[in-house]
Amino acid sequence: MNLFETIRVALRAILRNKTRSFLTTLGVVIGVAAVIAMVAIGEGAKAEVEKSFASMGSNLLVIMSGAHRAGGASGGSGSQLTLTWEDLEAIRTEVPSVRLAAAGLRGNAQIVSDEQNWSSQVTGTSPEFFDIRNWPTTDGALFTAVDVEAASKVVVLGQTVAARLFSVGSDPVGQMVRIDNVPFQVVGVLAKKGQSPMGQDYDDAAFVPESTFQRRIRGGLQKFIAGQVHVAATSQAGTTKAEAELRALLRDRHRLAPTAEDDFSIRNLAELASAREESTRTLTTLLASIAFVSLLVGGIGIMNIMLVSVTERTREIGLRMAVGARPRDILAQFLVEAFTLSLGGGAIGIVLGLWAAEWLSAKFQWPMQVSPDIVLLAVGFSAAVGVVFGLYPARKASKLDPIDALRYE
Amino acid sequence: MPLLEVVDLHKIYTMGDTEVRALDGVSLSVESGEFIAVMGSSGSGKSTLMNLLGCLDRPTSGHYVLRGERVSDLNRDELANARNRLIGFVFQGFHLLARTSALENVELPLLYAGVSGKERHRRSRKALELVGLGDRMDHHPNQMSGGQQQRVAIARAIVTEPGLLLADEPTGNLDTRNSHEIMGIFQKLSDTGMTIVLVTHESDVAAWARRIVWMRDGHVLSDEPHEPGSPVHPPPIDPGLSLGVP
Ligand SMILES: Nc1ncnc2c1ncn2[C@@H]1O[C@H](COP(=O)(O)OP(=O)(O)O)[C@@H](O)[C@H]1O
Ligand SMILES: [Mg+2]
Repeated sequence: MNLFETIRVALRAILRNKTRSFLTTLGVVIGVAAVIAMVAIGEGAKAEVEKSFASMGSNLLVIMSGAHRAGGASGGSGSQLTLTWEDLEAIRTEVPSVRLAAAGLRGNAQIVSDEQNWSSQVTGTSPEFFDIRNWPTTDGALFTAVDVEAASKVVVLGQTVAARLFSVGSDPVGQMVRIDNVPFQVVGVLAKKGQSPMGQDYDDAAFVPESTFQRRIRGGLQKFIAGQVHVAATSQAGTTKAEAELRALLRDRHRLAPTAEDDFSIRNLAELASAREESTRTLTTLLASIAFVSLLVGGIGIMNIMLVSVTERTREIGLRMAVGARPRDILAQFLVEAFTLSLGGGAIGIVLGLWAAEWLSAKFQWPMQVSPDIVLLAVGFSAAVGVVFGLYPARKASKLDPIDALRYE
Repeated sequence: MPLLEVVDLHKIYTMGDTEVRALDGVSLSVESGEFIAVMGSSGSGKSTLMNLLGCLDRPTSGHYVLRGERVSDLNRDELANARNRLIGFVFQGFHLLARTSALENVELPLLYAGVSGKERHRRSRKALELVGLGDRMDHHPNQMSGGQQQRVAIARAIVTEPGLLLADEPTGNLDTRNSHEIMGIFQKLSDTGMTIVLVTHESDVAAWARRIVWMRDGHVLSDEPHEPGSPVHPPPIDPGLSLGVP
């Protein structure tokens, strides 16, 4: 008997007992749906993490004064400043895997427009900073190297600050704001950046030239950088190399003895991102394995019902053999039946899983992402489940003796 | 060369420490075109013999040659092939597939013979018309009388044109009128040259045959030609043959 006829016979057997066939596949339906939904949610979480790290800049390194401390890096008030403006210059010119570097001097300040006032974080930096952070403007322009040179009183606003200070219709570019009572002209508004992986709003910030910051907002020191240095490595893969080169350079410049600890700390955000991704991946794997176990249980359900079916249809099998069915015809019939059941269950499960993922993400605002890979995997796995768990009942059927099967009561 | 020949066939069932000698040395030769009735009391081994002739079961010992082939040398696939092409089997209990039309029931052997759909249809129709069910092709077994069901089973047995038709008490579940119809079909098939071996314990059924084999306790008691239509009598008990039987 050819495959087409075998499939036809199997389909008839399945359709002859619709309710039971459906209940048989239910295990696989639920298993596949669980795999799809769990992985979609896990992948969604991963993509979210990736996105928030990507918005920080995927090849970003941050250098701070002071050694690493438990619970994160230092560099805040009270600690000894060790990074100098000359260090920054050396980083820019002497480290091959560094593409750009910029200082970031930070302080909170009151920003007042004609309409509103808002307390935000003000950063003194240079134009490279926006390139490092991959952060363009939507309105106006960035300040320039000339503004830094001249210590111009110009400011670039983040989206949140712009929205707080100016009403919807009005264009902030060209208007005046006062930062800690010093008048600044708004030259640009930055594109929306979103949240940091820790949930902080990147757009609640304003940026001024570093020279202006030191002169007008926080009286800085001539030699030391009272803040962080942001560095863009030449590539994401190059961040580890850049970190090593930066460490060597700074240790050398700070004349640290080989046994001495670093008097600065470097945070490699690409590494941080991959660690975060790793942990969400673990979560995805965990969820997926639980779901796969349920798929396995679904397979055992199919095997169970197929065994019952073989027993129930023993006389039918005997008759088929009596009129000329070979053992392999019987094997194929039951195998195709199990295969069709589990594949059909898989198909229903995919639809159900996608729907469940959609529903969950809408209901709980969870991000979700369906990759075709996992759909294919679920289909393949459910087909495999059918073959593996259908094989035993099918073999059992094919090994029956015609006369024993015919006489079975 | 006979169509089939069995020599010293034994079939022994062992149940615990008791042995049942269902067949105890049966030899039989059947020529092409014969119409044979096998008779005997219940438990005499008739069904056991038929199952062996039908390649549904294997003997404990003895030879079976079918169309020049030693059946004991065949593997499971070859046996299936023999059942498919060389033998048609009719059971007392019909054995039709439930919730399946008469036509599809008849098509079943052709399905395993690898015959294409169109040809399957054509030949199955022909077989059903031959047994007088040309107008019942779409009926399911539960919509048919016992006699009609048995006629579907006969159509299924002859659809591959096997040349040998084996029937184990084909009228056992039927009333006299239906039995008569079934026997009429067997007669018609016999007239076209089909070899028929049927088991029965009703003498008016056996009366249609041209040769009658009597069995008892796994032995062939007598094996005589018979004039179709003439009455059938049990053989006189020959003390030389009925070994150990009171
Ligand atoms: N599968 C079996 N297991 C054990 N004994 C059997 C089996 N089949 C038949 N027999 C025994 O073999 C003998 C012959 O049975 P059978 O061929 O069915 O007789 P008949 O068809 O002539 O009534 C009986 O005694 C029966 O009990
Ligand atoms: Mg019997």
